[in-house]
Amino acid sequence: MNGHGLMSLAALLMLNVGLSGQELSAPAPTSGTPADMVLIPSGVYRPLFRAASEPKEVSVQAFYLDKFPVTTGEFLEFVRANPRWRRSQVKPLFADQSYLKNWKADLEPGAPLNAAATDVSWFAAKAYAQWKGKRLLTVAEWEHAAGAGTTRPDGENDAAFRQQVLQWYTTLGAAPGPVGANPANFWGVHDLHGLIWEWVLDFNSAMVTGDSRADSGGLERGLFCGAGAQGAREVANYPAFMRLGFRSSLNANYCIHNLGFRCAKDL
Amino acid sequence: MIQMKRHMKIATFLGISALPGFLLATGVGFAAEPAPSGTESAVLTEAPAVPPPLTRRHATNVVVNLEVKETTKRLADGVEYPFWTFGGDVPGNFIRIREGDTVEFHLHNDPNNKMPHNIDLHAVTGPGGGAESSFTAPGHSSRFSFQALNAGLYVYHCATAPVGLHVANGMYGLILVEPKEGLPPVDHEYYIMQGEFYTLGKFGEEGLQAFDMEKAVDEKPNYVVFNGSVGSLMGEHSLTAKVGEKIRLFVGNGGPNLRSSFHVIGIIFDTVYQEGGTAPTHNVQTTVIPPGGAAIVEFTAKVPGNYTLVDHALFRAFNKGAVGRLTVSGPANTLTYSGKQADTLYAGDGKPAAPASKLQAAVASPVASTPITASLKPAASGQTDIPSASLSAAERAQFERGRGVYMQTCFVCHQANGQGVPGQIPPLAKSDLLMADKAGAIRGVLQGRNGEVTVNGKKYNGIMIPFGQLKDEQVADVITYVRNNWGNSGEGATPQEVNAIRKANPEVAGKLASSPFE
Repeated sequence: MNGHGLMSLAALLMLNVGLSGQELSAPAPTSGTPADMVLIPSGVYRPLFRAASEPKEVSVQAFYLDKFPVTTGEFLEFVRANPRWRRSQVKPLFADQSYLKNWKADLEPGAPLNAAATDVSWFAAKAYAQWKGKRLLTVAEWEHAAGAGTTRPDGENDAAFRQQVLQWYTTLGAAPGPVGANPANFWGVHDLHGLIWEWVLDFNSAMVTGDSRADSGGLERGLFCGAGAQGAREVANYPAFMRLGFRSSLNANYCIHNLGFRCAKDL
Repeated sequence: MIQMKRHMKIATFLGISALPGFLLATGVGFAAEPAPSGTESAVLTEAPAVPPPLTRRHATNVVVNLEVKETTKRLADGVEYPFWTFGGDVPGNFIRIREGDTVEFHLHNDPNNKMPHNIDLHAVTGPGGGAESSFTAPGHSSRFSFQALNAGLYVYHCATAPVGLHVANGMYGLILVEPKEGLPPVDHEYYIMQGEFYTLGKFGEEGLQAFDMEKAVDEKPNYVVFNGSVGSLMGEHSLTAKVGEKIRLFVGNGGPNLRSSFHVIGIIFDTVYQEGGTAPTHNVQTTVIPPGGAAIVEFTAKVPGNYTLVDHALFRAFNKGAVGRLTVSGPANTLTYSGKQADTLYAGDGKPAAPASKLQAAVASPVASTPITASLKPAASGQTDIPSASLSAAERAQFERGRGVYMQTCFVCHQANGQGVPGQIPPLAKSDLLMADKAGAIRGVLQGRNGEVTVNGKKYNGIMIPFGQLKDEQVADVITYVRNNWGNSGEGATPQEVNAIRKANPEVAGKLASSPFE
């Protein structure tokens, strides 16, 4: 906890230095912001794929977002308080056999406590959020928050930021390290890129078929070979395609070595 | 006559299927199309190996287990890349089945992978070619089945969003659906697949390289290679055959963007099944293989020596890695190819400097004598180093690294053993100029050269392109290598020495040094 606080303070200081003299500025923390969360202002999310009947833009209301992904230590507290989410007791319906697969025992994690919690199912992530008095965030909220670069809210217009993000997605998977090692983004949120994949509430809402060429926009599935980009808003946004593809490959009971989560909260 | 005879022997892949009536009449036919019987596991191989020909004469249920692995491997000497692979290697494992088989396909996604993946096999008849049914998260497996309705050689690849990236990272391979009659026997079958890679660093820039999306969208790769890396079919990895043996190449192109103009220097393909289909074409020099396409190429080794496999879009071969090698061993065949018989002066205007009669005599004599057994030099056995005995331990280490630079950068012109090309490319082996002027040699590597030089008393007037992108260490290593190899023995070069010359000769874009050896 203290470590995170210090790091985010440092990040905020850096952010202010970096922004001096620029028009843009991050919102000042409000007095009502819960600990270790930041306010993400309202905005607009433009879905990568949409059917003709669906809106071009989805408005996103302001919300609070965890600065960091949930850590192994925090998840340990959760399973300590909720025995039915311990590895030995979890129901197969809610988590497959890979659930917490690197833990040595029910209350003995296999990774450092500050490492991101992974190998958790969507059900487990949702239960954790509920236990915390929070909730999982939606695809629209996640993409809105993660669209910010380190120095500006519209990261998609920052070529260097885009290359950096793409590089993470094309780097091979490794055991997730400690949270907070990546610099905060414009809103003060860490690790949305560069550490793990993250569960979202409606991970299966923009279900693609898995054949990228067939997913030519919303529900149209008749086209092949490159047609996948036909209905896409931004064909150059490869990381967004990869997130969409990754989410679509999941079932809610899947547990994957580099898939974790973080929580959101309404204002 | 020999040419005619060769054509007579051409095997007719699928020729029998044109005569179903005949087969029925003799009771050998498959027209009744019996249901597959039995079950077997497919043998999978890594390139350039091909699974053995199928000996059964009936359809069966074939189980294929293919695992997707994301893994960092060598792209070129000193260069690594985070590949996504089918089976751990680029290209993916070769799959061999028979027309009429029912395939139970299991796609496994390694639990340590980062990405979801799937597979589209062009041998599948059905939406997506299996892609939709095989979409698999890390740590999971998918199963689907299909009937192999059409014989041919087919590409398979990943089709997960964004599909171009998955293919650009190496996710492709070949599946052969043998015709019911099988393929005519040959002595060697090899698996070759071309693909291109888009890296942030330039060709040869050392270290772990990342994917460059802009180059991919612009279709401007840094690397165009056979079997997943520069040199994968060179040196000790060269394909081999003996004189008189029949060779069949299964050649695919993963792309993702470029067509391959597949050519083997010094070979005419007896038969090509273009686009991996079943119609044979004969006497082909270069066959076009589109991304997502394949070809079966057949020929007989007739003359011993080294044969270079290239994409005949030659800058890819010369500058981006698209070369491989077939080494044919066996007795000389000077009737089919004499080797060099004369080297005489030429005065221009169509007038030979030597008396015409003498020249003609020189050409005629080896052919007139017993041609097949004429004592020409034995076939070159590929690259052989002869390191100087006076190398220190440190120089010896430089020599070893220098070999990598040489084989990647220099050997295409100066040849495997530094012998050059008579009249065109000066030799490095026992070169008086190289040994007399080390600084000039370093400048030549950095800036290229243009103009006349004299080596061992012979004049050469060509262009050497600059290799200024090599690091100081690489230039020092390769200079040390060539100055202490093949009979040369002299002082090596240091990175400091190279750096000083580099600074003293600032690169002028587009302009070659008039002669680095001044």
